[in-house]
Amino acid sequence: MSQTLSSKTRKPLSVFARLASGIRRPAKVHDFHGGIHPPERKDISNGTAIAPGPMPAQLVLPLNMHIGAPAKPVVEPGDRVLKGQMIAEPSGAVSAAIHAPTSGTISAIGPRPIQHPSGMDAVCIVIDTDGKDEWIDHSGVADYTELSPGELVDTIRHAGIAGMGGAGFPTSIKVNLGDHQRVEELIINAVECEPYITADDRLMRERADEIITGIHILQYLLNPRRTLIGIEDNKPEAISAIKRACKGCDIEVRVVPTKYPSGGEKQIIQLLTGKEVKSGQLPAQVGVVCQNVGTAYAIKRAIVEGEPLLSRVTTLTGEGVSQPGNVEVLLGTPVRDLLLHGGVKPDNIGRLVMGGPMMGFTLHNPAVPVVKTTNCIIAATLEELPEPPPEQACIRCGSCAEVCPANLLPQQLYWHAKNDDLERAQHHNLMDCIECGACAYVCPSHIPLVQYYRYAKGEVRQQAADQVKADKARQRFEARQARIEAEKAEKEARRQARLEANRKKKTEAATAPSVDTAALKQASLEASKAYKAAVKAAKEAEANGADNAAELKAEADRLKAVADKAKAAVRDAKSAAPATAPAEDIVSKLKKQVGDASSAYKTAVKAAKEAEANGDDNAAALRAKADELKAAADKLKAELRDAKANAPATPAAPQTDPVAALKKQVGDASSAYKAAVKAAKEAEENGADNATELRSKADELKAKADQLKADLREAKANAPATAAPAPAPAPADPLGELKKQVGEASSAYKAAVKAAKDAEENGTDNAAELRAEADRLKAEADRWKAELREAKASAPATPKAPPTPTDTPKAPEAEAPQSLPAADPEAAAKRQKRLKALKTAYNMAHKQYKEAHAALERAERKEEVSADELNAMQQKVDKLKAKSDVARDALDALVEEAKADIRAHTGKDLKTLKLEAARAESALADKQQELDQQRDSASEETLEALSSELQALEAEAQIARKALKQAVEEQGLQE
Amino acid sequence: MTAVLIAVAALLALAAVFGAVLGFASEKFKVEGDPIVDQIDSLLPQTQCGQCGHPGCRPYAEAIAEGEEHNRCPPGGQDTVDALTDLLGRDELTLDDEGAEDADIPKVAYIREDECIGCTKCIQACPVDAIVGAAKLMHTVIVDECTGCDLCVEPCPVDCIDMVEVKPTLQTWGWQRPAGIGERPDSRIEVVNL
Repeated sequence: MSQTLSSKTRKPLSVFARLASGIRRPAKVHDFHGGIHPPERKDISNGTAIAPGPMPAQLVLPLNMHIGAPAKPVVEPGDRVLKGQMIAEPSGAVSAAIHAPTSGTISAIGPRPIQHPSGMDAVCIVIDTDGKDEWIDHSGVADYTELSPGELVDTIRHAGIAGMGGAGFPTSIKVNLGDHQRVEELIINAVECEPYITADDRLMRERADEIITGIHILQYLLNPRRTLIGIEDNKPEAISAIKRACKGCDIEVRVVPTKYPSGGEKQIIQLLTGKEVKSGQLPAQVGVVCQNVGTAYAIKRAIVEGEPLLSRVTTLTGEGVSQPGNVEVLLGTPVRDLLLHGGVKPDNIGRLVMGGPMMGFTLHNPAVPVVKTTNCIIAATLEELPEPPPEQACIRCGSCAEVCPANLLPQQLYWHAKNDDLERAQHHNLMDCIECGACAYVCPSHIPLVQYYRYAKGEVRQQAADQVKADKARQRFEARQARIEAEKAEKEARRQARLEANRKKKTEAATAPSVDTAALKQASLEASKAYKAAVKAAKEAEANGADNAAELKAEADRLKAVADKAKAAVRDAKSAAPATAPAEDIVSKLKKQVGDASSAYKTAVKAAKEAEANGDDNAAALRAKADELKAAADKLKAELRDAKANAPATPAAPQTDPVAALKKQVGDASSAYKAAVKAAKEAEENGADNATELRSKADELKAKADQLKADLREAKANAPATAAPAPAPAPADPLGELKKQVGEASSAYKAAVKAAKDAEENGTDNAAELRAEADRLKAEADRWKAELREAKASAPATPKAPPTPTDTPKAPEAEAPQSLPAADPEAAAKRQKRLKALKTAYNMAHKQYKEAHAALERAERKEEVSADELNAMQQKVDKLKAKSDVARDALDALVEEAKADIRAHTGKDLKTLKLEAARAESALADKQQELDQQRDSASEETLEALSSELQALEAEAQIARKALKQAVEEQGLQE
Repeated sequence: MTAVLIAVAALLALAAVFGAVLGFASEKFKVEGDPIVDQIDSLLPQTQCGQCGHPGCRPYAEAIAEGEEHNRCPPGGQDTVDALTDLLGRDELTLDDEGAEDADIPKVAYIREDECIGCTKCIQACPVDAIVGAAKLMHTVIVDECTGCDLCVEPCPVDCIDMVEVKPTLQTWGWQRPAGIGERPDSRIEVVNL
């Protein structure tokens, strides 16, 4: 009102004043960029009133007639449905219900061709109509204000109302914005800008009051500040009808100039309010809600009459139809039925279009049903809508940009879409294209621009979907990888734990033997002690109750305790040695033990002398005891020597060791000689038969001792002579030597076997002992044989002169650093010499032992020889044996050393080394077993011998292990 | 002369000040750029099919970053190759799909369920855990998670897995690209049996 007034008053004023008034009061209708004016063709169909549609035999209702999730069927095939009965319910927020447009029977729910440009089938509910058109019970509300907005929204949702303009967005969402959203303008879109379509025009002309009621309901729901109806100025009847209907209410009718596409949502908002909906924005974000005029009508029907959306007004037009017009057609009516109803001339139809000529799509199949969004069916002749001419090259005229209502650059979009450069197309706001077709309409090159954009949009969407899927796949892949990794790590951890446990067990097993050795030694010593104590007790009993018997016994006990202590200490020292206890400690401990032992020996000697002085019978026994103690002391001394030699604190020790060994041998030999002399003297005193024999043996021993002394001298002379030019004697054949040794060992074994047999035949007590000895010898012989085999095996690898490339000259230096000068013929010669000397020493000692053994056997066979004598002889034999063993050990060590040298220089392969190590280990294990078996039966000396053998084997095994390890390290291998 | 010296001194002082400011800013506001491997990985289609010779897309991305050719991803097609060319600034390459023409047609695995013996071998082969099932029970493919990598087909002892082409749905359908210059868009239909 005021506006017209002001314009009247301002009329005589100048252009400036009018401009000023324009600034103060914006023009009623704004404009938007671009747009086209295609032929309207609305007069084909707008002349007749809306006619009722046909009642087809079948209605096909697609489950998605709207945008969003497809509805969910609530009926089964075979069900009878009444008009208005819900047959599919909305599933999810963005969805709409579907109702039976008429009464009938559900004949199928399955795929049927639907309204989609792809021509694809989709799930539809098919109703066989019965023609009765029988309504379900329904009722509306006369006064919608009785209902709350929520109830109204719910009714709209369940009435299945979706945007009737063409997009089909569920209306319930658009009218339920929530309290925070202030709606400035409610815009009722009655523009209907596309050519041909007159459905809204006829609806407004004929049912304006109902439309206005619908708008009032919308106003009630949205509470907008203003309500605007936009109508194009080519529908004067509709404008007047609406104006009449809304007289006296707050609805403004805005007449907009005819221009395509004014009916676009963003365009009409701009036209009526001047507001621009930005890229990516929704109209609600600028405070505007747009509803189609048809939707308003549907809302009125749903609320006031209680009728869900069952039909719509569709324009049936085109020159192929004899009776064009608007039809209120039931949803689901196949286009074929509609065309037949409109009197279509099939031969005339060139194109069948659903929707307008600008934005609709060509139908591929006339069985496609009319749905909620179908506002127009154009059955056009070929002359009317001719085939699009062939696409030509873009001439860059720019017309498309001039007409684009969205202010885009269609030409750029075209290039990018054509080249699949989606990123750049998106940069040019491809997604804001409304696909109105204005650009394609004006294109002089007939480029199907919209199709390019649709294609590019589809690709963009596809890419986005692919990206989502790829991200999901990546996530799942990574999760799976992580899971597999975790499983592997767990498995590995378990495996490591198992391995660790095994290793621990193994190391325990490995450390056990050394502990065992000591324990065995101790046990054996204790056992032998006990045995000796028993012997002694028996002897004392024989002594007819001598005065000092008790005293002696006490003395013996004390000695036993001392010996035990010493042995325990020995064991301690031995077990501590591998644990790298300071060598000095061991040495000092041993020294103490030696002191203890020798003092014990002295006490024993004293006791024996006293006994002799008293003329006791058991003097000899005491003497033997003393001897025994002496032997123990000697042994301890030897041990002490060994310890000293092995002590790393005394680097000079190894140098002198062979000499020391020889010294020891010399000492042993001379003591043996002395013992033999003594035995002979005793025998002479007793007038025994074998006195002469013993004497001769003593002589023999003396000769050997002398020989050893000579050797010692020689060794001493050689020891410092590293610089002296030594003669290089022809190297002895190691194989021959070994053979010889093997022969010796086997002959010794045979002799032992024979002796054992003899003893068995005679029923001698020590048969078992002899048998054990024989076994031991056999083992020894076997060992030698094995060595021989080994030597033979390695001989071919050694070019003819095995001992030449030798380096370390001394036995304890077998593990000496390899940095020593390698091929030293002097050292080799020296070792050869020493080897020879040692061999001689060993042979002699061995022979002595054998002879002594034979003598013992003979003596045993003779009945008259006393038990004491036999004992003494046995001891002697054992002593000799120990000596021969020592000599042999030294020899062994030397041979080992030589072998190690050969090995080091011939570069034995890893396999051989491994074999050797394994063999050494097995030999060690065998020896261990033997020791175990003999622990109970054998005498102390045998056990001692076995233990020493065991030690030697241990050393051998260690050397083999070391060599193997070194080789492995050298070859860069890891165990 | 002094004027020149003053000018030089002033410029030097300014240079020093701005240099210090810029140096500080470059340290303080350092932006950690996306590691190239991540960028490559995001361009790969994540089918994890191993057709490139690597056990998954990420390993291939790592290999590309270390200089391997970037045209070995048949599921990604030429688009992926071009995208990688752009990203890496390397020479343009054509897709090396070893003659497989349908490599970039999307497919999913389908288990003929009544033939499945429940051996779980396909489950172990699937790089994205898209197969569900248990020993001696029927397995089935979660179609939405299947990348169509083909890796489950080979291990199946009864050959009950097919690779099925993914048919477009109403949601995934897209318009075809127009035939191009000189061609008329095919929009005419025969309306028969009215």
